[in-house]
Amino acid sequence: MQRRVIFDNKLLPYLLLAPQVAVTLIFFIWPASQAVWQSVHIQDAFGLRSEFVWFENFTAILTDPNYVSTLRITAVFSLSVAVLSMAVALLLAALADAKIKGAAVYKTLLIWPYALAPAVAAVLWMFIFNPEIGSLGRLLNAMGYNWDYRLNGDQALTMVILAASWKQVSYNFIFFLAGLQAIPRSVLEAANIDGAGPVRRFWTITFPLLSPTTFFLLVVDMVYAFCETFGTIHALTHGGPGKATETLIFRVYQDGVVNNDLGASSAQSVLLMVILIVLTTIQFRFVERKVHYS
Amino acid sequence: MSNAHMTEPRTTGRRLIDLVPHIVLIVGVLIFAFPIYVTLIGSTWDAATIGRGSLPMTPGAEAWTNYSQAWSESHGERASYTPVRLMLMNSLIMALSIAVGKIAISILSAYAVAFFRFPLRMVFFWMIFITLMLPVEVRIIPTYKVVADLGMIDSYAGLAIPLIASATATLLFRQFFLTIPDELVEAAKIDGAGPLRFFFDILLPLSKTNIAALFVILFIYGWNQYLWPLLVTNSADMETIVIGITKMIGTGEAANDWNLIMATTVMAMLPPVAVVVFMQRWFIKGLVDSEK
Repeated sequence: MQRRVIFDNKLLPYLLLAPQVAVTLIFFIWPASQAVWQSVHIQDAFGLRSEFVWFENFTAILTDPNYVSTLRITAVFSLSVAVLSMAVALLLAALADAKIKGAAVYKTLLIWPYALAPAVAAVLWMFIFNPEIGSLGRLLNAMGYNWDYRLNGDQALTMVILAASWKQVSYNFIFFLAGLQAIPRSVLEAANIDGAGPVRRFWTITFPLLSPTTFFLLVVDMVYAFCETFGTIHALTHGGPGKATETLIFRVYQDGVVNNDLGASSAQSVLLMVILIVLTTIQFRFVERKVHYS
Repeated sequence: MSNAHMTEPRTTGRRLIDLVPHIVLIVGVLIFAFPIYVTLIGSTWDAATIGRGSLPMTPGAEAWTNYSQAWSESHGERASYTPVRLMLMNSLIMALSIAVGKIAISILSAYAVAFFRFPLRMVFFWMIFITLMLPVEVRIIPTYKVVADLGMIDSYAGLAIPLIASATATLLFRQFFLTIPDELVEAAKIDGAGPLRFFFDILLPLSKTNIAALFVILFIYGWNQYLWPLLVTNSADMETIVIGITKMIGTGEAANDWNLIMATTVMAMLPPVAVVVFMQRWFIKGLVDSEK
Protein backbone atom coordinates (compact mmCIF):
# COMPACT_ATOMS: atom_id res chain seq x y z
CA MET A 1 0.00 0.00 0.00
CA GLN A 2 2.92 2.39 0.61
CA ARG A 3 6.58 2.88 -0.18
CA ARG A 4 9.26 1.90 2.33
CA VAL A 5 11.41 4.98 1.81
CA ILE A 6 9.52 8.18 2.41
CA PHE A 7 10.08 11.83 3.20
CA ASP A 8 9.61 13.30 6.68
CA ASN A 9 7.64 16.46 6.58
CA LYS A 10 4.74 17.47 8.77
CA LEU A 11 3.07 20.20 6.72
CA LEU A 12 4.01 19.54 3.10
CA PRO A 13 1.74 16.52 2.43
CA TYR A 14 -1.31 18.52 3.52
CA LEU A 15 -0.33 21.39 1.23
CA LEU A 16 0.13 18.97 -1.66
CA LEU A 17 -3.30 17.48 -1.04
CA ALA A 18 -5.03 20.81 -0.46
CA PRO A 19 -6.06 21.68 -4.05
CA GLN A 20 -7.58 18.30 -4.81
CA VAL A 21 -9.25 18.03 -1.41
CA ALA A 22 -10.70 21.52 -1.75
CA VAL A 23 -12.19 20.80 -5.19
CA THR A 24 -13.50 17.44 -4.00
CA LEU A 25 -15.14 18.92 -0.90
CA ILE A 26 -16.72 21.88 -2.67
CA PHE A 27 -17.81 20.23 -5.91
CA PHE A 28 -18.30 16.55 -4.96
CA ILE A 29 -18.94 15.90 -1.29
CA TRP A 30 -20.97 19.05 -0.57
CA PRO A 31 -23.31 18.76 -3.61
CA ALA A 32 -23.69 15.01 -3.13
CA SER A 33 -24.73 15.52 0.50
CA GLN A 34 -27.04 18.32 -0.61
CA ALA A 35 -28.69 15.86 -2.98
CA VAL A 36 -29.12 13.37 -0.15
CA TRP A 37 -30.53 16.09 2.16
CA GLN A 38 -32.93 17.41 -0.46
CA SER A 39 -34.08 13.91 -1.35
CA VAL A 40 -35.64 13.52 2.13
CA HIS A 41 -37.14 17.02 2.23
CA ILE A 42 -39.94 18.86 0.43
CA GLN A 43 -39.56 22.58 -0.24
CA ASP A 44 -42.50 24.97 -0.31
CA ALA A 45 -43.29 26.83 -3.53
CA PHE A 46 -41.02 29.78 -2.70
CA GLY A 47 -38.09 27.69 -1.56
CA LEU A 48 -38.25 29.32 1.88
CA ARG A 49 -39.03 26.36 4.11
CA SER A 50 -38.40 22.67 3.78
CA GLU A 51 -40.01 19.84 5.63
CA PHE A 52 -38.45 16.49 6.48
CA VAL A 53 -40.54 13.82 4.75
CA TRP A 54 -38.58 10.57 5.21
CA PHE A 55 -38.73 8.61 1.95
CA GLU A 56 -41.77 10.34 0.50
CA ASN A 57 -39.86 11.64 -2.53
CA PHE A 58 -38.56 8.14 -3.24
CA THR A 59 -41.93 6.43 -2.93
CA ALA A 60 -43.42 9.20 -5.07
CA ILE A 61 -41.02 8.62 -7.95
CA LEU A 62 -40.90 4.85 -7.65
CA THR A 63 -44.69 4.59 -7.82
CA ASP A 64 -44.90 7.07 -10.67
CA PRO A 65 -45.69 4.99 -13.79
CA ASN A 66 -43.75 7.52 -15.85
CA TYR A 67 -40.63 6.92 -13.78
CA VAL A 68 -41.04 3.15 -13.99
CA SER A 69 -41.25 3.46 -17.76
CA THR A 70 -38.12 5.67 -17.70
CA LEU A 71 -36.36 2.91 -15.74
CA ARG A 72 -37.45 0.36 -18.33
CA ILE A 73 -36.29 2.56 -21.22
CA THR A 74 -32.94 3.13 -19.50
CA ALA A 75 -32.47 -0.62 -18.99
CA VAL A 76 -33.32 -1.43 -22.63
CA PHE A 77 -31.17 1.44 -23.85
CA SER A 78 -28.06 0.69 -21.76
CA LEU A 79 -28.12 -3.06 -22.29
CA SER A 80 -28.61 -2.64 -26.05
CA VAL A 81 -25.78 -0.11 -26.28
CA ALA A 82 -23.45 -2.32 -24.24
CA VAL A 83 -24.22 -5.56 -26.10
CA LEU A 84 -24.29 -4.04 -29.58
CA SER A 85 -21.10 -1.99 -29.24
CA MET A 86 -19.25 -4.90 -27.59
CA ALA A 87 -20.33 -7.45 -30.21
CA VAL A 88 -19.19 -5.26 -33.12
CA ALA A 89 -15.97 -4.30 -31.33
CA LEU A 90 -15.12 -7.91 -30.51
CA LEU A 91 -15.67 -9.03 -34.10
CA LEU A 92 -13.43 -6.24 -35.45
CA ALA A 93 -10.77 -6.72 -32.75
CA ALA A 94 -10.59 -10.49 -33.31
CA LEU A 95 -10.03 -9.89 -37.02
CA ALA A 96 -7.56 -7.03 -36.59
CA ASP A 97 -5.57 -9.06 -34.05
CA ALA A 98 -4.93 -11.86 -36.54
CA LYS A 99 -1.64 -11.52 -38.34
CA ILE A 100 -3.06 -9.93 -41.46
CA LYS A 101 -1.58 -7.26 -43.70
CA GLY A 102 -2.41 -3.70 -42.77
CA ALA A 103 -3.59 -4.50 -39.23
CA ALA A 104 -2.06 -1.24 -37.97
CA VAL A 105 -3.90 0.79 -40.60
CA TYR A 106 -7.24 -0.81 -39.71
CA LYS A 107 -6.50 -0.06 -36.07
CA THR A 108 -5.98 3.65 -36.72
CA LEU A 109 -9.08 3.81 -38.91
CA LEU A 110 -11.21 2.19 -36.20
CA ILE A 111 -10.11 4.03 -33.06
CA TRP A 112 -10.64 7.68 -34.02
CA PRO A 113 -14.41 7.78 -33.30
CA TYR A 114 -13.37 7.73 -29.63
CA ALA A 115 -12.53 11.41 -30.11
CA LEU A 116 -16.10 12.37 -31.03
CA ALA A 117 -18.46 13.83 -28.46
CA PRO A 118 -21.61 11.72 -27.99
CA ALA A 119 -23.65 14.74 -29.12
CA VAL A 120 -21.55 15.14 -32.28
CA ALA A 121 -21.96 11.43 -33.07
CA ALA A 122 -25.71 11.97 -32.76
CA VAL A 123 -25.57 14.94 -35.13
CA LEU A 124 -23.66 12.88 -37.72
CA TRP A 125 -26.39 10.24 -37.57
CA MET A 126 -29.02 12.92 -37.93
CA PHE A 127 -27.40 14.13 -41.19
CA ILE A 128 -27.94 10.62 -42.58
CA PHE A 129 -31.18 9.44 -41.03
CA ASN A 130 -33.17 12.65 -40.86
CA PRO A 131 -36.33 11.86 -42.91
CA GLU A 132 -36.12 15.21 -44.73
CA ILE A 133 -32.44 15.90 -45.37
CA GLY A 134 -30.75 12.53 -44.68
CA SER A 135 -29.95 10.29 -47.62
CA LEU A 136 -30.76 7.03 -45.83
CA GLY A 137 -33.76 8.53 -44.05
CA ARG A 138 -35.22 9.55 -47.40
CA LEU A 139 -34.28 6.22 -48.95
CA LEU A 140 -36.21 4.36 -46.24
CA ASN A 141 -39.28 6.46 -46.94
CA ALA A 142 -38.87 6.10 -50.71
CA MET A 143 -38.83 2.32 -50.24
CA GLY A 144 -42.23 2.61 -48.58
CA TYR A 145 -41.05 2.25 -44.99
CA ASN A 146 -42.58 4.97 -42.87
CA TRP A 147 -39.43 6.32 -41.23
CA ASP A 148 -39.54 9.37 -38.94
CA TYR A 149 -37.76 9.02 -35.60
CA ARG A 150 -39.18 12.42 -34.59
CA LEU A 151 -42.70 10.98 -34.52
CA ASN A 152 -42.26 7.25 -33.91
CA GLY A 153 -41.07 6.32 -30.40
CA ASP A 154 -39.61 2.92 -31.29
CA GLN A 155 -37.70 4.39 -34.20
CA ALA A 156 -36.41 7.16 -31.93
CA LEU A 157 -35.14 4.63 -29.38
CA THR A 158 -33.50 2.58 -32.16
CA MET A 159 -31.86 5.73 -33.50
CA VAL A 160 -30.36 6.81 -30.13
CA ILE A 161 -29.20 3.22 -29.43
CA LEU A 162 -27.43 3.05 -32.81
CA ALA A 163 -25.84 6.50 -32.49
CA ALA A 164 -24.67 5.81 -28.92
CA SER A 165 -23.30 2.34 -29.79
CA TRP A 166 -21.58 3.59 -32.94
CA LYS A 167 -19.55 6.00 -30.83
CA GLN A 168 -18.68 3.40 -28.16
CA VAL A 169 -17.35 0.69 -30.52
CA SER A 170 -13.88 2.27 -30.75
CA TYR A 171 -13.44 2.27 -26.97
CA ASN A 172 -14.42 -1.40 -26.69
CA PHE A 173 -12.27 -2.23 -29.71
CA ILE A 174 -9.15 -0.81 -28.03
CA PHE A 175 -9.73 -2.85 -24.87
CA PHE A 176 -10.63 -6.07 -26.68
CA LEU A 177 -7.51 -5.69 -28.79
CA ALA A 178 -5.38 -5.19 -25.66
CA GLY A 179 -7.07 -8.23 -24.08
CA LEU A 180 -6.47 -10.37 -27.16
CA GLN A 181 -2.83 -9.40 -27.31
CA ALA A 182 -2.40 -10.45 -23.68
CA ILE A 183 -3.44 -14.05 -24.47
CA PRO A 184 -0.32 -16.23 -24.70
CA ARG A 185 0.30 -17.29 -28.29
CA SER A 186 1.37 -20.76 -27.09
CA VAL A 187 -2.18 -21.51 -25.92
CA LEU A 188 -3.64 -20.70 -29.33
CA GLU A 189 -0.89 -22.57 -31.14
CA ALA A 190 -1.52 -25.66 -29.04
CA ALA A 191 -5.19 -25.53 -30.03
CA ASN A 192 -4.13 -25.05 -33.64
CA ILE A 193 -2.06 -28.23 -33.53
CA ASP A 194 -5.03 -30.05 -32.01
CA GLY A 195 -6.81 -29.22 -35.25
CA ALA A 196 -9.44 -26.82 -33.95
CA GLY A 197 -10.72 -24.40 -36.63
CA PRO A 198 -10.47 -20.64 -36.12
CA VAL A 199 -14.13 -20.20 -35.11
CA ARG A 200 -14.11 -23.12 -32.69
CA ARG A 201 -10.76 -21.91 -31.28
CA PHE A 202 -12.27 -18.48 -30.70
CA TRP A 203 -15.31 -19.68 -28.75
CA THR A 204 -13.63 -22.40 -26.70
CA ILE A 205 -10.35 -20.64 -25.86
CA THR A 206 -10.14 -16.96 -26.78
CA PHE A 207 -13.58 -15.88 -25.61
CA PRO A 208 -13.37 -17.46 -22.12
CA LEU A 209 -9.88 -15.98 -21.66
CA LEU A 210 -11.28 -12.57 -22.57
CA SER A 211 -13.98 -12.69 -19.91
CA PRO A 212 -12.26 -10.18 -17.54
CA THR A 213 -12.15 -7.64 -20.40
CA THR A 214 -15.72 -8.42 -21.42
CA PHE A 215 -17.00 -7.96 -17.89
CA PHE A 216 -15.04 -4.75 -17.38
CA LEU A 217 -16.40 -3.33 -20.64
CA LEU A 218 -19.95 -4.32 -19.75
CA VAL A 219 -19.77 -2.15 -16.63
CA VAL A 220 -18.00 0.75 -18.37
CA ASP A 221 -20.50 0.70 -21.23
CA MET A 222 -23.43 0.68 -18.82
CA VAL A 223 -22.00 3.71 -17.02
CA TYR A 224 -21.42 5.38 -20.41
CA ALA A 225 -25.02 4.67 -21.41
CA PHE A 226 -26.32 5.97 -18.07
CA CYS A 227 -24.36 9.23 -18.01
CA GLU A 228 -22.55 10.35 -21.13
CA THR A 229 -25.31 9.62 -23.60
CA PHE A 230 -27.24 12.60 -22.29
CA GLY A 231 -25.67 14.50 -25.20
CA THR A 232 -26.78 11.88 -27.74
CA ILE A 233 -30.37 12.04 -26.57
CA HIS A 234 -30.46 15.81 -26.09
CA ALA A 235 -29.12 16.39 -29.60
CA LEU A 236 -31.30 13.82 -31.39
CA THR A 237 -34.68 13.51 -29.69
CA HIS A 238 -34.83 15.65 -26.53
CA GLY A 239 -36.22 12.57 -24.80
CA GLY A 240 -39.14 12.36 -27.19
CA PRO A 241 -41.36 11.76 -28.98
CA GLY A 242 -43.48 11.82 -25.85
CA LYS A 243 -41.10 10.22 -23.35
CA ALA A 244 -39.94 7.41 -25.65
CA THR A 245 -36.22 8.12 -25.26
CA GLU A 246 -36.18 9.62 -21.78
CA THR A 247 -33.44 7.93 -19.74
CA LEU A 248 -32.84 8.41 -16.00
CA ILE A 249 -30.24 11.12 -16.50
CA PHE A 250 -32.46 12.97 -18.96
CA ARG A 251 -35.31 12.88 -16.47
CA VAL A 252 -33.05 14.30 -13.71
CA TYR A 253 -32.27 17.19 -16.03
CA GLN A 254 -35.90 17.56 -17.04
CA ASP A 255 -37.23 17.61 -13.45
CA GLY A 256 -34.38 19.61 -11.93
CA VAL A 257 -33.68 22.21 -14.61
CA VAL A 258 -36.74 22.44 -16.79
CA ASN A 259 -39.46 21.77 -14.19
CA ASN A 260 -37.42 23.01 -11.20
CA ASP A 261 -38.71 20.22 -8.91
CA LEU A 262 -35.71 19.85 -6.59
CA GLY A 263 -37.05 17.14 -4.27
CA ALA A 264 -37.94 14.75 -7.07
CA SER A 265 -34.77 15.51 -9.00
CA SER A 266 -32.58 14.98 -5.92
CA ALA A 267 -34.25 11.69 -5.04
CA GLN A 268 -33.52 10.56 -8.61
CA SER A 269 -29.92 11.74 -8.33
CA VAL A 270 -29.54 9.71 -5.15
CA LEU A 271 -30.98 6.62 -6.85
CA LEU A 272 -28.57 7.11 -9.76
CA MET A 273 -25.62 7.49 -7.38
CA VAL A 274 -26.60 4.25 -5.67
CA ILE A 275 -26.79 2.45 -9.02
CA LEU A 276 -23.39 3.82 -10.07
CA ILE A 277 -21.73 3.06 -6.74
CA VAL A 278 -23.00 -0.53 -6.98
CA LEU A 279 -21.74 -0.82 -10.57
CA THR A 280 -18.27 0.57 -9.80
CA THR A 281 -17.93 -1.47 -6.62
CA ILE A 282 -18.67 -4.67 -8.53
CA GLN A 283 -16.10 -3.62 -11.08
CA PHE A 284 -13.41 -2.85 -8.49
CA ARG A 285 -13.92 -6.01 -6.48
CA PHE A 286 -13.66 -7.89 -9.70
CA VAL A 287 -10.53 -6.12 -10.87
CA GLU A 288 -8.92 -6.72 -7.48
CA ARG A 289 -9.63 -10.44 -7.73
CA LYS A 290 -8.08 -10.52 -11.15
CA VAL A 291 -4.95 -8.84 -9.80
CA HIS A 292 -4.72 -11.32 -6.91
CA TYR A 293 -4.90 -14.48 -8.94
CA SER A 294 -2.85 -13.53 -11.94
CA MET B 1 3.66 -32.15 -61.10
CA SER B 2 0.61 -33.98 -59.89
CA ASN B 3 1.33 -32.60 -56.47
CA ALA B 4 1.14 -29.01 -57.73
CA HIS B 5 -2.19 -29.77 -59.35
CA MET B 6 -3.58 -31.04 -56.10
CA THR B 7 -2.54 -28.05 -54.01
CA GLU B 8 -3.61 -25.44 -56.56
CA PRO B 9 -7.34 -25.38 -55.78
CA ARG B 10 -6.60 -25.44 -52.07
CA THR B 11 -4.45 -22.31 -52.18
CA THR B 12 -7.09 -20.39 -54.13
CA GLY B 13 -9.68 -21.44 -51.55
CA ARG B 14 -7.30 -20.39 -48.83
CA ARG B 15 -6.88 -16.98 -50.42
CA LEU B 16 -10.61 -16.41 -50.53
CA ILE B 17 -10.90 -17.29 -46.85
CA ASP B 18 -7.97 -14.99 -46.07
CA LEU B 19 -9.91 -12.18 -47.71
CA VAL B 20 -12.86 -12.46 -45.32
CA PRO B 21 -11.21 -10.58 -42.42
CA HIS B 22 -10.22 -7.77 -44.79
CA ILE B 23 -13.74 -7.49 -46.17
CA VAL B 24 -15.32 -7.35 -42.70
CA LEU B 25 -12.75 -4.83 -41.47
CA ILE B 26 -13.22 -2.64 -44.54
CA VAL B 27 -16.99 -2.69 -44.06
CA GLY B 28 -16.36 -1.68 -40.40
CA VAL B 29 -14.06 1.15 -41.42
CA LEU B 30 -16.63 2.38 -43.96
CA ILE B 31 -19.46 2.35 -41.41
CA PHE B 32 -17.39 4.67 -39.26
CA ALA B 33 -16.18 6.85 -42.11
CA PHE B 34 -19.45 7.25 -44.02
CA PRO B 35 -21.15 9.78 -41.69
CA ILE B 36 -17.98 11.87 -41.68
CA TYR B 37 -17.82 11.77 -45.47
CA VAL B 38 -21.44 12.91 -45.77
CA THR B 39 -20.77 15.77 -43.34
CA LEU B 40 -17.62 16.84 -45.20
CA ILE B 41 -19.51 16.84 -48.50
CA GLY B 42 -22.46 18.67 -46.95
CA SER B 43 -20.19 21.42 -45.72
CA THR B 44 -19.29 22.23 -49.35
CA TRP B 45 -22.87 22.75 -50.62
CA ASP B 46 -25.50 25.44 -50.06
CA ALA B 47 -28.30 25.24 -47.50
CA ALA B 48 -31.06 24.86 -50.11
CA THR B 49 -29.48 21.77 -51.73
CA ILE B 50 -29.11 20.05 -48.35
CA GLY B 51 -32.55 21.17 -47.17
CA ARG B 52 -34.20 19.64 -50.26
CA GLY B 53 -32.59 16.35 -49.28
CA SER B 54 -30.73 16.12 -52.57
CA LEU B 55 -27.17 16.25 -51.27
CA PRO B 56 -24.85 14.79 -53.95
CA MET B 57 -22.03 12.42 -53.02
CA THR B 58 -19.36 14.68 -54.52
CA PRO B 59 -18.00 18.00 -53.22
CA GLY B 60 -19.75 21.27 -54.14
CA ALA B 61 -18.35 24.74 -54.66
CA GLU B 62 -19.45 26.44 -51.44
CA ALA B 63 -16.72 25.21 -49.10
CA TRP B 64 -14.94 28.55 -48.72
CA THR B 65 -18.19 30.51 -48.27
CA ASN B 66 -19.54 28.09 -45.66
CA TYR B 67 -16.39 27.76 -43.60
CA SER B 68 -15.53 31.44 -43.58
CA GLN B 69 -19.13 32.38 -42.74
CA ALA B 70 -19.36 29.84 -39.91
CA TRP B 71 -15.92 30.82 -38.66
CA SER B 72 -16.43 34.53 -38.24
CA GLU B 73 -20.05 35.59 -38.70
CA SER B 74 -22.78 35.52 -36.12
CA HIS B 75 -25.69 34.80 -38.45
CA GLY B 76 -26.65 32.54 -41.32
CA GLU B 77 -29.53 32.97 -43.74
CA ARG B 78 -32.12 31.77 -41.28
CA ALA B 79 -30.92 32.40 -37.74
CA SER B 80 -28.10 33.88 -35.71
CA TYR B 81 -25.34 31.90 -34.06
CA THR B 82 -22.17 32.26 -32.07
CA PRO B 83 -19.20 32.41 -34.50
CA VAL B 84 -17.13 29.21 -34.60
CA ARG B 85 -13.86 30.97 -33.73
CA LEU B 86 -15.40 32.07 -30.44
CA MET B 87 -16.85 28.64 -29.67
CA LEU B 88 -13.61 26.90 -30.59
CA MET B 89 -11.71 29.19 -28.26
CA ASN B 90 -14.18 28.44 -25.44
CA SER B 91 -13.88 24.69 -26.03
CA LEU B 92 -10.11 24.93 -26.20
CA ILE B 93 -9.85 26.90 -22.96
CA MET B 94 -12.22 24.49 -21.21
CA ALA B 95 -10.48 21.33 -22.48
CA LEU B 96 -6.99 22.63 -21.71
CA SER B 97 -7.94 23.90 -18.24
CA ILE B 98 -9.56 20.57 -17.39
CA ALA B 99 -6.64 18.50 -18.70
CA VAL B 100 -3.89 20.63 -17.15
CA GLY B 101 -5.82 21.22 -13.92
CA LYS B 102 -6.60 17.54 -13.42
CA ILE B 103 -3.02 16.50 -14.07
CA ALA B 104 -1.61 19.19 -11.76
CA ILE B 105 -3.79 18.54 -8.74
CA SER B 106 -3.67 14.75 -9.18
CA ILE B 107 0.09 14.47 -9.44
CA LEU B 108 0.50 16.58 -6.28
CA SER B 109 -1.99 14.58 -4.24
CA ALA B 110 -0.61 11.27 -5.53
CA TYR B 111 2.85 12.44 -4.45
CA ALA B 112 1.55 13.22 -0.97
CA VAL B 113 -0.20 9.86 -0.60
CA ALA B 114 2.71 7.80 -1.96
CA PHE B 115 5.76 9.51 -0.48
CA PHE B 116 4.64 10.75 2.94
CA ARG B 117 3.17 9.21 6.05
CA PHE B 118 0.87 11.51 7.98
CA PRO B 119 -2.31 11.40 10.07
CA LEU B 120 -5.57 11.00 8.08
CA ARG B 121 -3.67 9.83 4.98
CA MET B 122 -6.15 7.05 4.25
CA VAL B 123 -9.14 9.30 4.96
CA PHE B 124 -7.97 11.65 2.21
CA PHE B 125 -7.21 8.75 -0.08
CA TRP B 126 -10.72 7.34 0.26
CA MET B 127 -12.30 10.76 -0.09
CA ILE B 128 -10.57 11.14 -3.46
CA PHE B 129 -11.36 7.55 -4.37
CA ILE B 130 -15.11 7.93 -3.83
CA THR B 131 -15.30 10.72 -6.43
CA LEU B 132 -14.61 8.02 -8.99
CA MET B 133 -18.13 6.76 -8.47
CA LEU B 134 -19.91 10.07 -8.95
CA PRO B 135 -19.67 11.41 -12.51
CA VAL B 136 -20.83 15.01 -12.78
CA GLU B 137 -24.06 13.89 -14.45
CA VAL B 138 -25.50 12.19 -11.38
CA ARG B 139 -24.92 15.12 -9.01
CA ILE B 140 -25.63 17.71 -11.67
CA ILE B 141 -28.33 19.85 -10.03
CA PRO B 142 -26.71 20.34 -6.60
CA THR B 143 -23.31 20.96 -8.23
CA TYR B 144 -24.94 23.57 -10.42
CA LYS B 145 -26.40 25.22 -7.30
CA VAL B 146 -22.96 25.40 -5.67
CA VAL B 147 -21.42 26.96 -8.78
CA ALA B 148 -24.31 29.43 -9.03
CA ASP B 149 -23.91 30.41 -5.34
CA LEU B 150 -20.21 31.00 -5.93
CA GLY B 151 -21.05 33.34 -8.84
CA MET B 152 -19.21 31.14 -11.33
CA ILE B 153 -21.98 30.86 -13.95
CA ASP B 154 -20.82 31.96 -17.42
CA SER B 155 -17.15 31.87 -16.52
CA TYR B 156 -14.25 29.66 -17.58
CA ALA B 157 -13.67 28.84 -13.91
CA GLY B 158 -17.23 27.55 -13.65
CA LEU B 159 -16.79 25.47 -16.79
CA ALA B 160 -13.53 23.85 -15.71
CA ILE B 161 -12.88 23.79 -11.95
CA PRO B 162 -15.83 21.60 -10.88
CA LEU B 163 -14.63 18.95 -13.35
CA ILE B 164 -10.95 18.86 -12.40
CA ALA B 165 -11.13 16.58 -9.36
CA SER B 166 -10.21 13.19 -10.74
CA ALA B 167 -9.70 9.98 -8.84
CA THR B 168 -8.59 8.21 -12.03
CA ALA B 169 -5.55 10.43 -12.58
CA THR B 170 -4.60 10.34 -8.88
CA LEU B 171 -4.76 6.54 -8.82
CA LEU B 172 -2.72 6.29 -12.00
CA PHE B 173 0.07 8.52 -10.69
CA ARG B 174 0.03 6.77 -7.30
CA GLN B 175 0.34 3.41 -9.03
CA PHE B 176 3.30 4.68 -11.03
CA PHE B 177 4.99 6.27 -7.99
CA LEU B 178 4.83 2.96 -6.12
CA THR B 179 7.01 1.40 -8.83
CA ILE B 180 9.86 3.92 -8.37
CA PRO B 181 12.79 2.04 -6.79
CA ASP B 182 13.59 2.87 -3.16
CA GLU B 183 17.28 3.19 -4.08
CA LEU B 184 16.50 6.21 -6.24
CA VAL B 185 14.78 7.97 -3.36
CA GLU B 186 17.60 7.00 -0.96
CA ALA B 187 20.23 8.33 -3.36
CA ALA B 188 18.37 11.60 -3.76
CA LYS B 189 18.08 11.97 0.00
CA ILE B 190 21.81 11.25 0.50
CA ASP B 191 22.58 13.91 -2.11
CA GLY B 192 20.61 16.28 0.05
CA ALA B 193 17.53 16.68 -2.14
CA GLY B 194 14.44 17.73 -0.23
CA PRO B 195 10.95 16.51 -1.15
CA LEU B 196 10.24 19.42 -3.49
CA ARG B 197 13.59 19.15 -5.22
CA PHE B 198 13.01 15.38 -5.65
CA PHE B 199 9.56 16.05 -7.09
CA PHE B 200 10.64 18.61 -9.67
CA ASP B 201 14.06 17.20 -10.63
CA ILE B 202 13.39 13.47 -10.59
CA LEU B 203 9.73 12.51 -10.31
CA LEU B 204 8.29 14.97 -12.83
CA PRO B 205 10.73 14.03 -15.65
CA LEU B 206 10.09 10.33 -14.95
CA SER B 207 6.33 10.91 -15.24
CA LYS B 208 6.52 12.46 -18.71
CA THR B 209 4.98 9.52 -20.58
CA ASN B 210 2.19 9.17 -18.05
CA ILE B 211 1.46 12.88 -18.24
CA ALA B 212 1.32 12.80 -22.05
CA ALA B 213 -0.97 9.77 -22.01
CA LEU B 214 -3.31 11.33 -19.47
CA PHE B 215 -3.31 14.63 -21.31
CA VAL B 216 -4.74 13.04 -24.45
CA ILE B 217 -7.54 11.29 -22.55
CA LEU B 218 -8.40 14.32 -20.42
CA PHE B 219 -8.29 16.79 -23.31
CA ILE B 220 -10.89 14.72 -25.13
CA TYR B 221 -12.92 14.31 -21.96
CA GLY B 222 -12.93 18.09 -21.51
CA TRP B 223 -13.64 18.90 -25.15
CA ASN B 224 -16.61 16.53 -25.29
CA GLN B 225 -18.40 17.70 -22.13
CA TYR B 226 -22.07 18.35 -22.76
CA LEU B 227 -24.49 18.49 -19.84
CA TRP B 228 -22.20 20.61 -17.66
CA PRO B 229 -21.52 23.42 -20.18
CA LEU B 230 -25.20 23.30 -21.18
CA LEU B 231 -26.10 24.28 -17.62
CA VAL B 232 -23.35 26.68 -16.56
CA THR B 233 -23.25 28.84 -19.68
CA ASN B 234 -26.15 31.11 -20.53
CA SER B 235 -24.50 33.79 -22.62
CA ALA B 236 -23.87 33.00 -26.30
CA ASP B 237 -20.29 34.27 -25.93
CA MET B 238 -19.48 31.41 -23.55
CA GLU B 239 -20.92 28.59 -25.67
CA THR B 240 -18.68 25.62 -26.36
CA ILE B 241 -18.71 24.24 -29.87
CA VAL B 242 -20.45 20.94 -29.06
CA ILE B 243 -23.32 22.82 -27.41
CA GLY B 244 -23.27 25.36 -30.25
CA ILE B 245 -23.99 22.68 -32.88
CA THR B 246 -27.07 21.30 -31.15
CA LYS B 247 -28.35 24.84 -30.53
CA MET B 248 -27.97 25.54 -34.27
CA ILE B 249 -29.95 22.41 -35.11
CA GLY B 250 -32.82 23.13 -32.74
CA THR B 251 -35.63 20.73 -33.55
CA GLY B 252 -34.01 19.51 -36.78
CA GLU B 253 -36.36 21.12 -39.30
CA ALA B 254 -35.47 21.05 -42.98
CA ALA B 255 -35.25 24.86 -43.05
CA ASN B 256 -31.94 25.12 -41.18
CA ASP B 257 -28.61 26.56 -42.24
CA TRP B 258 -27.42 22.98 -42.73
CA ASN B 259 -24.37 24.08 -44.69
CA LEU B 260 -23.13 26.13 -41.73
CA ILE B 261 -24.09 23.41 -39.25
CA MET B 262 -22.07 20.82 -41.18
CA ALA B 263 -19.07 23.13 -41.51
CA THR B 264 -19.27 23.81 -37.77
CA THR B 265 -19.48 20.06 -37.05
CA VAL B 266 -16.34 19.42 -39.10
CA MET B 267 -14.47 22.12 -37.18
CA ALA B 268 -15.75 20.73 -33.86
CA MET B 269 -14.43 17.26 -34.68
CA LEU B 270 -11.03 18.27 -36.00
CA PRO B 271 -9.13 19.11 -32.77
CA PRO B 272 -9.99 15.97 -30.74
CA VAL B 273 -9.65 13.65 -33.76
CA ALA B 274 -6.26 15.18 -34.57
CA VAL B 275 -5.14 14.65 -30.98
CA VAL B 276 -6.18 10.97 -31.07
CA VAL B 277 -4.65 10.26 -34.48
CA PHE B 278 -1.36 12.08 -33.96
CA MET B 279 -0.85 11.03 -30.35
CA GLN B 280 -2.16 7.50 -30.88
CA ARG B 281 0.56 5.76 -28.87
CA TRP B 282 0.00 7.90 -25.77
CA PHE B 283 -3.72 7.82 -26.27
CA ILE B 284 -3.92 4.01 -26.13
CA LYS B 285 -1.51 3.89 -23.20
CA GLY B 286 -3.53 6.51 -21.33
CA LEU B 287 -6.79 4.75 -21.97
CA VAL B 288 -5.63 1.28 -20.99
CA ASP B 289 -3.53 2.42 -18.00
CA SER B 290 -6.10 4.73 -16.46
CA GLU B 291 -8.68 1.93 -16.37
CA LYS B 292 -6.43 -0.55 -14.62
